[in-house]
Amino acid sequence: MSNVHPYVGRAHPRVDGALKVTGRAKYAAEFFADGMVYAAAVPATIAKGRIVSIDLSAAKSAPGVIDILTHENRPELPDSDEPYLNDMVAVPGSPFRALYNDRILYSGQPIALVVADTHENARHAASLVTATYEAETPTVDVAEARHEAYDTFEPRDGIPPPPPPRGDAEATFKGADIKLSESYRVAPEHHNPMELMATTVIWEGDGALTIHTKTQGVNNPKNYICAVLGLDPGKVRVTSPFVGGAFGMVLRPQYDLLVATMTAIKLERSVRLVLTRGQMYTMGWRPDTLQTVALSAKEDGELTSISHHAIQATSQFEDYQEPTVNWSGLIYDCPNVSLKYELAKIDVSTPSDMRAPGAALGVCALEIAMDELSYRLGMDPLELRLKNYAEKDQNDDKPFSSKELKAAYAQGAEQFGWKDRDSRPRSMRDGKELIGQGMATGCWEAMMQPHGGRATLSAEGKLEVACGTADIGTGTYTILAQIGADALGLDIDDVTARVGDTSLPMAPPEGGSWGAASAGNAVRVACTALKEELLKAARGLHDSPLANASLEHVSFANGKISLVSDDEKFVTFGDAVRGSGSADVTAEAMFEPDEDFAGKYASYTHSAVFAEVRVDEQLGVVRVTRIVSAIAAGKILNLATARSQILGGVVMGIGMALHEETMWDKALGRVVNANLGEYHMPAHADVQNIDVIFVEEDDKANPLGVKGLGEIGIVGAAAAIANAVFHATGKRVRDLPITIDKLL
Amino acid sequence: MMNFSYTRATTVGDAIEAVAGDPHARFIAGGTNLVDLMKYDVERPGRLVDITRLPLKDIEDTAEGGLKIGALVPNSDLAYDTRIERDYPLLASAILAGASAQLRNAATTGGNLLQRTRCYYFYDAGVPCNKREPGSGCPAKTGVNRIHAILGASDSCIATHPSDMCVALAALGATVHVEGPDGARTISFEDFHRLPGDSPEKDNTLAHGEMVTAVELPAPRFGKKHTYLKLRDRLSYAFALVSVAAAVELDGDVVGEARIALGGVAHKPWRVPEAEALLKGKLPSSSAFEEAADRLLKGAAGHGENDFKIELARRAVVRALFQAAAGTPQVQSSKIVN
Repeated sequence: MSNVHPYVGRAHPRVDGALKVTGRAKYAAEFFADGMVYAAAVPATIAKGRIVSIDLSAAKSAPGVIDILTHENRPELPDSDEPYLNDMVAVPGSPFRALYNDRILYSGQPIALVVADTHENARHAASLVTATYEAETPTVDVAEARHEAYDTFEPRDGIPPPPPPRGDAEATFKGADIKLSESYRVAPEHHNPMELMATTVIWEGDGALTIHTKTQGVNNPKNYICAVLGLDPGKVRVTSPFVGGAFGMVLRPQYDLLVATMTAIKLERSVRLVLTRGQMYTMGWRPDTLQTVALSAKEDGELTSISHHAIQATSQFEDYQEPTVNWSGLIYDCPNVSLKYELAKIDVSTPSDMRAPGAALGVCALEIAMDELSYRLGMDPLELRLKNYAEKDQNDDKPFSSKELKAAYAQGAEQFGWKDRDSRPRSMRDGKELIGQGMATGCWEAMMQPHGGRATLSAEGKLEVACGTADIGTGTYTILAQIGADALGLDIDDVTARVGDTSLPMAPPEGGSWGAASAGNAVRVACTALKEELLKAARGLHDSPLANASLEHVSFANGKISLVSDDEKFVTFGDAVRGSGSADVTAEAMFEPDEDFAGKYASYTHSAVFAEVRVDEQLGVVRVTRIVSAIAAGKILNLATARSQILGGVVMGIGMALHEETMWDKALGRVVNANLGEYHMPAHADVQNIDVIFVEEDDKANPLGVKGLGEIGIVGAAAAIANAVFHATGKRVRDLPITIDKLL
Repeated sequence: MMNFSYTRATTVGDAIEAVAGDPHARFIAGGTNLVDLMKYDVERPGRLVDITRLPLKDIEDTAEGGLKIGALVPNSDLAYDTRIERDYPLLASAILAGASAQLRNAATTGGNLLQRTRCYYFYDAGVPCNKREPGSGCPAKTGVNRIHAILGASDSCIATHPSDMCVALAALGATVHVEGPDGARTISFEDFHRLPGDSPEKDNTLAHGEMVTAVELPAPRFGKKHTYLKLRDRLSYAFALVSVAAAVELDGDVVGEARIALGGVAHKPWRVPEAEALLKGKLPSSSAFEEAADRLLKGAAGHGENDFKIELARRAVVRALFQAAAGTPQVQSSKIVN
């Protein structure tokens, strides 16, 4: 492949694509070691109460069974929360401890772990374990717990609580003529990554362990398992080179890690534990949330007050939180804002971050409410947004580092053909179908984390860039290779990216859309440090043509370090590396986000989402025929993988709008549709034309100008579709998903 | 999943003998449902008798002008068979409305008849279910029952039969050929599946050891005047909330004979001859179709979350009859309901 700089900004194909489609990319459950044994978890069948007894007799005599661990016979586990809180994504409360005691906190909680000689024998024996319980009546519906909602929780690290009220939203609303106050609910969802949860622990002897686990950041499970099991961090390596989808589900260590590692140590053998698809519905989920949004406006559409109140489900043992209501103080210019966020405990596993946590729910409610207001006003929904365009972050009273949302609105509207829309509900039809067009705004914070990176150049001119982040399918490998190739002026085929290993430089878990900005800049600074080292080596060569050159005097291209002023004077990469006296030259560096800048500016990504639906008037069948998602997210590193990120987010938005719902049986406290057949995600037929537009946005929050894309694609998508359904049918559905029955 | 023994049968007789003599034995063909159920510990056969090598893969002409479809003809082959496409497009359409291409490739004609309900509770070995464990109770009645029956349910079971193909076979008046330890017999399609009553563990009227060997179609009728309309929670790869197989024969301007079968609403494909008879001699019209729909749905009862299916079914029947009468059947590859 020819050397086509810059690679950054192009639509370069995934560098790991061939590995994935040929099955050579190894996932956590695909590592193997001689003597390995297989574990299977036994889930509790009640949602609340305690275990009276567990009958292991049938399981013990099943073929191939080696051991069965329960709370009664497990190895010692710490009895304080402290070690379990070694989780960078922990939330306030008492973290779940698998196989700790007889308490059942949610249905599906593991009560035993069966270890056998094969996966099949382990699963079969697990099915033979029976337990008797003292069951209590569970509550799994947040609406039934809303009277016990509270806001007295300790704030979760990194999650800003709602800002204090500004102005007087309540009094303004009371005195307003044009207003609405409505309640919204989005069904609870699960992440449903393709790859199942899995941990393979390789017993290396002498207490050394290599742990292959599904995670969004290898350092987090390493710190956690070392703390909980009292392991020497020098003897534990965690890898996760490939992740088959995560969406936030594996930011926190899940129980598979603890029980598999505990078992490996007890048996002094390698252990593999793969959870079942059904067990994937017994951990981390997008919490059921009851929201009320109240808006008032002047006749010209100027917002005079916004109130947003959310009651969000959490478990009995932890106060999971996400930024759900804050967006309502941020997206629009409004002098009177009141935001309230409460939790309510139910008998479920602790929710977890799921793609655009908080924003996916909160912005959805706000943006449906804004649509409702536009009809009250008789004003075009897009005009209403422009009328109330926020030029600064009023929550924190800061200017934006960049905000090209107006360009996103304009380009999205143009591409969609928004101006041709008849604004009246039920005004557009084609045969038996009503046509509706709706839009919404999306917003997500552009975050960065301190992040290590390493760059190594061999004498053959091959570059390796590496850091301990994860590629959860987003394209991290590819953008890191692009950044490395540009930094050294190399052909990208001469660049290898490595991630997902605790032997690599420190990285936080990959999430919150901070991965590209953090890992990308870490590789960038590592490459700069590498160039310094290479130049130092080149200068030291006998009669070096670069003897007095510093970094600004030279360029790195075509395998050479050349003087900018005279490209006849150069040192080849090979000579520089050999001059260093080593087989290769390597440099590590830390990327530290600019705290001064972050103190002065607020950084967000934005989107304008336009949706067209067609709804069969009699039968309520909804088809999403067109989506245009215009994104303002700073510099786009790779147009192909970036587009895929937005497409995936939009498809999840379609799911949120029309299909996805984790259904609990209220009496049993149990998820009933815990499989991909009955938990409906959009199928191909549900996904038609999606246009992604990236608008130009110049951002200075980091030298790459990148803001991150993982979340923004979903934010606003469900609201745009719900608004289009209203425009088509005149029916306002405020509890998503909008299934057929809600439109009859 | 339990350990099980596996044998491959070479003749129908051997297969029947192997299963009939062992209460824990099951026939297996495509396995698209049975293997899932084994993984869920819902089905726990000690022995599987593989019938996929038996000579039941042909589609033969019958003396009556119909077709006899071997039980092992894959769903895909059946749907794309030129005789089926030409003479029984309703059947082809219904098959293509179901599952996915991959599943249709593996699933067989006989197996499609024998697929079990998709009731959530039936699939969860951790909770009671009268169909899975007779006498243990039915949490669906007061639980999550969005997908459950509105017709023909009993106090002990409100599950539905999930097949699309069977809805078309019911409308077409197919006959099921079976062989068992006591010899061969035929069962009319409406008598093949049963309502749950007090023994919901029995989905159909086969005895243990009896094998479906063929499904016979009567001589073709209805021409283009048919449709299979399936309504579900997403546009593909979901079981029917309600589906309708409809076919009409016009006698001049008026309806001569009509067939209507509903899927997703009962423990079996739902047909009511009186409802079909109401259409005889009537001009195709909303009022005539609504009257038939109301008769078809007489006695329908919801259980809370599925109450909407009564109205949805009524509207679906009317639409389907319009599609059939106009000779503009639903195209399964298009998600626009015409």
